[in-house]
Amino acid sequence: MRRSETRAAWLFISPWVVGFLVFTAYPVLYTAYLALTDYDVINDPHFVGLENFRTLMEDPKVALALRNTAVFVVMSVPAHLLVALFLALLLNWAGRASGFFRTAFFLPKMTPPVAVGILLLLLFNGQSGLINRVLASVGIDGPAWTTDPTWVKPGLVMMTLWTVGGSVVILLAALRSVPQELYDAARVDGAGWWRQTWHVTVPMISGALFFVFIVNTIHAFQSFTEAYTAYFGSGNTTYSNDAALFYAIYLFQQAFQFLHMGYASALAWLLFVVIMLVTLVQFRVSKRFVFYEGEQR
Amino acid sequence: MTAVGAPQERAQLAPLLTEPEREAPVRRPPRVRGTLATGLLYAALAAVTVAFVYPFVWLVSASFKPRSEVFDNRLVPDTFTLDNYVQVWHEAPMALWLLNTVVVTVLATVAVTVSSAMVAWGFSYFRFRGRGPLFGLVLATMMLPGAVTMIPTYLIWDSLGQVGTLTPLWAQNLFGSAFYIFLLRQFFLGLPRELFEAARMDGANQWQVFTRIALPLTRPALVVTALFEFQAAWTDLMRPLIYLRDSSTFTIPRGLKAMLDQFGFGGEWHWEIVVTASVIATVPMIVLFFLGQRHFVEGIATTGSKG
Repeated sequence: MRRSETRAAWLFISPWVVGFLVFTAYPVLYTAYLALTDYDVINDPHFVGLENFRTLMEDPKVALALRNTAVFVVMSVPAHLLVALFLALLLNWAGRASGFFRTAFFLPKMTPPVAVGILLLLLFNGQSGLINRVLASVGIDGPAWTTDPTWVKPGLVMMTLWTVGGSVVILLAALRSVPQELYDAARVDGAGWWRQTWHVTVPMISGALFFVFIVNTIHAFQSFTEAYTAYFGSGNTTYSNDAALFYAIYLFQQAFQFLHMGYASALAWLLFVVIMLVTLVQFRVSKRFVFYEGEQR
Repeated sequence: MTAVGAPQERAQLAPLLTEPEREAPVRRPPRVRGTLATGLLYAALAAVTVAFVYPFVWLVSASFKPRSEVFDNRLVPDTFTLDNYVQVWHEAPMALWLLNTVVVTVLATVAVTVSSAMVAWGFSYFRFRGRGPLFGLVLATMMLPGAVTMIPTYLIWDSLGQVGTLTPLWAQNLFGSAFYIFLLRQFFLGLPRELFEAARMDGANQWQVFTRIALPLTRPALVVTALFEFQAAWTDLMRPLIYLRDSSTFTIPRGLKAMLDQFGFGGEWHWEIVVTASVIATVPMIVLFFLGQRHFVEGIATTGSKG
């Protein structure tokens, strides 16, 4: 009986076991090996030791891609979190009327990222774009968002903020589950809505805030589609914009356009290490700020 | 995430709550009060709504404008035309791209939903040695950046002669996906075990217990899984970029990128074509959202997925 149960269990999980071995375990080991080789898909991998990692340290494009990605992460993740929190608070205050607005906030999340990249080019166009028209109407001379290297990343950040709706929904759910009693108690103590928000709401949803923060950081480090769509061409119409060269884009180019599979594998490992380190630091730091109920009582 | 409403918390606060109730009736959450504040709140909500909906309106409106007026930023087209919608089918194999996308999306969705449900059931109903660590491994794979496995995965499909076909875009879904396994397992764990034991007593085998009893009870979670994957597969650009070569095999996002390269930057400057193709690529997702709105919102709220 027990044995047959074990057998049934393994049969049920067998798809994952096979998939894990073939599409996760083997690839992880194989990229680790490829990272030490020179490989162009046509000829067999040729062992070169740590050569790829040496090249990578001196490759100015790697430095550029890392800097671009870091700047994007530092700008977009906090902006994303603050905007999501602000919108979730608005929806929470609106109470029952919030359904309509929630739908409006969430809809952009459904847009294919390619279309988001195209919208970026259209709306942020320096001469004819809507954004600069609106800015001009209040007397501001808007920059050339899509061509001026200084403004390419801010433009990307603003455009991707359009798809903040998923985070809003998560934070709203957390806000809705803050116990009523806490607000009542705070009110008895004479706290106005600002202090209730700051001293009750934010600490009570710090777990959800942290979750959104971590997930967005990991996503932002791997950001690819919007920037690639808008700033990098393929095939016979090649164009590119250095200011938008994110790490994932450079990795993709090295692997699938230049067929430097060994070098790209080394790049992949560097990305993995960077993301792990950043996530680890975030977890460490979060222990001081995130409040989980039922902890240390 | 924060577990809410711990009993100790309530107990501590109880004395505070009973006293003032008579004078001040209990009010709802930190609702902003007063006419001015309410006015400000709705003004802010309306402004944000305009900002979020406007790009859609702009896009749809531009798709009905002739080439020279695409960038005039007018909400209602000066000259209303359906030409772009006719033109776009001539300029690119849109029908074929849509068909490819539907094929990939449906296969990806069905495959991942069925396989993830099976695996999730294996991890929730049965007790076997190594279950804990193994499930830990499932969760750990979610942390692995896609870039790390991307290259060998490509080489696997290459050695199977599948590069250039649609297979690599969906076939990996046959092996389940960690996030959905996690989601469905949570759901299975919430079902009363007695139900399954009773069915076993009545002579049902393990497979029947799964398909006839567990699956029908899990419908909401299966719908959430299917909706999430449908959206992910429909909108993906990275895999089509890696695996597809010939434009007759393109999916809609890949085709849209090709059109941008040709008509946007390729020197032809026919943005009205790009705009119209963008609308065609986006509309199915909007429809999907309205069909499954409740599931989308609840799915994200409860699993905190897809930041």
